[in-house]
Amino acid sequence: MDRNSASPLSEEPVIICRDVQKWFGNFHALKGISMEVMPQEVIVIFGPSGSGKSTFIRTINRLEEHQSGQIIVDGIELTHDVRNIERVRMETGMVFQQFNLFPHLTVMQNITYAPMYNRKWRRTEAEKVAMELLERVGIPEQAEKYPAQLSGGQQQRVAIARALAMQPKIMLFDEPTSALDPEMIKEVLDVMIELAESGMTMIVITHEMGFARAVADRLFFFDEGLVVESGTPEEIFNSPKEERTKRFLAQILSH
Amino acid sequence: MPPGREGNTVAQWIKENLFSSLFDSLLTVISLLFLFFVLRLALDWVFNLAQWDVIAANINILMKGSYPGEQVWRIWIGLYLLGGIAGINLRAWNRELNRSTVAIAAIPLILALLPFASESARLNLIIIQVTIAAAYLLTSIAGDKRRRQIAAVTSILYIPALIILLEGFTDENGIMPLVKSDLWGGLLLSVLLAAVGIIFSLPIGIILALGRRSRQPAISALCITYIEVVRGVPLISILFMGNIMLQLFMPQSLPPIDRVIRVMVAITFFTAAYMAEIVRGGLQAIPKGQYDAAYALGFSSLKSMRIIILPQALRIVIPVIVSQFIGLLLDTTLVALVGLYDLLGIGQAILSNPNWLGRSQEVYVFIGLIYWILATSMAFASQRLEKTLGVGRNYDGS
Repeated sequence: MDRNSASPLSEEPVIICRDVQKWFGNFHALKGISMEVMPQEVIVIFGPSGSGKSTFIRTINRLEEHQSGQIIVDGIELTHDVRNIERVRMETGMVFQQFNLFPHLTVMQNITYAPMYNRKWRRTEAEKVAMELLERVGIPEQAEKYPAQLSGGQQQRVAIARALAMQPKIMLFDEPTSALDPEMIKEVLDVMIELAESGMTMIVITHEMGFARAVADRLFFFDEGLVVESGTPEEIFNSPKEERTKRFLAQILSH
Repeated sequence: MPPGREGNTVAQWIKENLFSSLFDSLLTVISLLFLFFVLRLALDWVFNLAQWDVIAANINILMKGSYPGEQVWRIWIGLYLLGGIAGINLRAWNRELNRSTVAIAAIPLILALLPFASESARLNLIIIQVTIAAAYLLTSIAGDKRRRQIAAVTSILYIPALIILLEGFTDENGIMPLVKSDLWGGLLLSVLLAAVGIIFSLPIGIILALGRRSRQPAISALCITYIEVVRGVPLISILFMGNIMLQLFMPQSLPPIDRVIRVMVAITFFTAAYMAEIVRGGLQAIPKGQYDAAYALGFSSLKSMRIIILPQALRIVIPVIVSQFIGLLLDTTLVALVGLYDLLGIGQAILSNPNWLGRSQEVYVFIGLIYWILATSMAFASQRLEKTLGVGRNYDGS
């Protein structure tokens, strides 16, 4: 299925960010980010370290608090209201650079606890869904192991399954392959490509430009807390307008 | 088996470990001579010089203080129940039976074989042994997780049940006449004080540790003040406070609080302050990514703490918690200074009796031995618990 043609123009954006700003002390980390994400869209964010891309993605599920501007996720505005924050978090799955699996729980428990405690599913139901997800990410045989017994690539695939178990509308990926050995990057990217093709709305921070070329609808280049340039993969890769974008792309594509 | 390890004989082991060089051989010989002389002196004292009749004659009072003789059956019932609790816990926290588990489980049987145990004590100890075994087997029926729930709930319910059982609630002619806690003493009192402190100080300590990390300034200031004030004064001063001054602050209209209860509260809240700092140490060892992941999955901060963070943090600090518990058990000897007759207090009372003049070595060695057995059992139990929960194993299943 050609998923680009499938995104219906009539629908409302599922994420709306307007002039999002954030300071850490005196450091101005986000200097006014605006972005609208349509359902089933795949957004890739890239940029140098310290550019605020990770901070930005973390404001979307309120792991970081934004200090001015507006963030609306699935029709819910993020404010200090704790109930709204928890509703948004249930609708957004997140995958971290360092996996952050729970080391004291088995793979199965890692996946089933969130739906059991937060969506009040029965154990049998949660375990059935968890097995389906483990099949989908290709490691059903690891269900009863502990995270430390798995390779990095397997751990990250469990982390993806864990996030998907909450049946989120949106998936956020914060440099999901940066902590992996080179031979394990592909197994994680394959899962993410399959997820993108199934129609999941995704925001992905990555420097895997092959992945961006294959599935991204739009790319955003961040630098110094601002969006320097955005556009479709063709626009960004073939005819970037900004000098900084060109230089950065030359650096990461040269090796 | 790695190469070069096959066919190890005792002779080989001795040669490799004790006589591998001239210096090692010298050390071995000196140590053996030293051990020989010390052991000979010790054994000579134990079997020839010491007069153990002081222990045999006072064993009842050492065990239970002035608890009335015709009500002693209540203590035994309490111990039967304790056997049941022990059996449940042994089953719940051990993957399989091994030597140290069996050694702990067989303490009643070992005690029953001691020379100065009376006939009725032997019978009762054997009943306790049977209760341990029965509870162990019955708990096997339940599932792994259910077992631990049963163990936790029964252990917590046990203490209030035991206090009601010992204290009694009817008048003199009833089935369980009141026995005022002033009469409780000896090992009974020591163990009771330690058990109450152990069971209640940990939850209070966890609450204090979480309060100290709270973002609400009022709550954290309160918890910090409490922890630092209590840690800044010696236990004995808190015992005096609880024992004497608390009564002065209480309204006259209320009935006075039982003295043993006051001491229990003092010990519990004293230990809780130390527990709080131990738990806080464990919490600080948990990386921020664990909180991020829990929050991102929609866990509320309370649920994240309960399901994700605390189980990891407590696992890390089990060895420190247990050594704090052992310290608590040994610290209960201080209650003798506020007029309670714990094991040590009874020992001193016996020695002040002119009939037993000059027997202090025997009495103190016996009391020391009891404390050593209790403390070592706790250390063993802690090691088993660490194995079961995989402390320091990094959860890789090895």
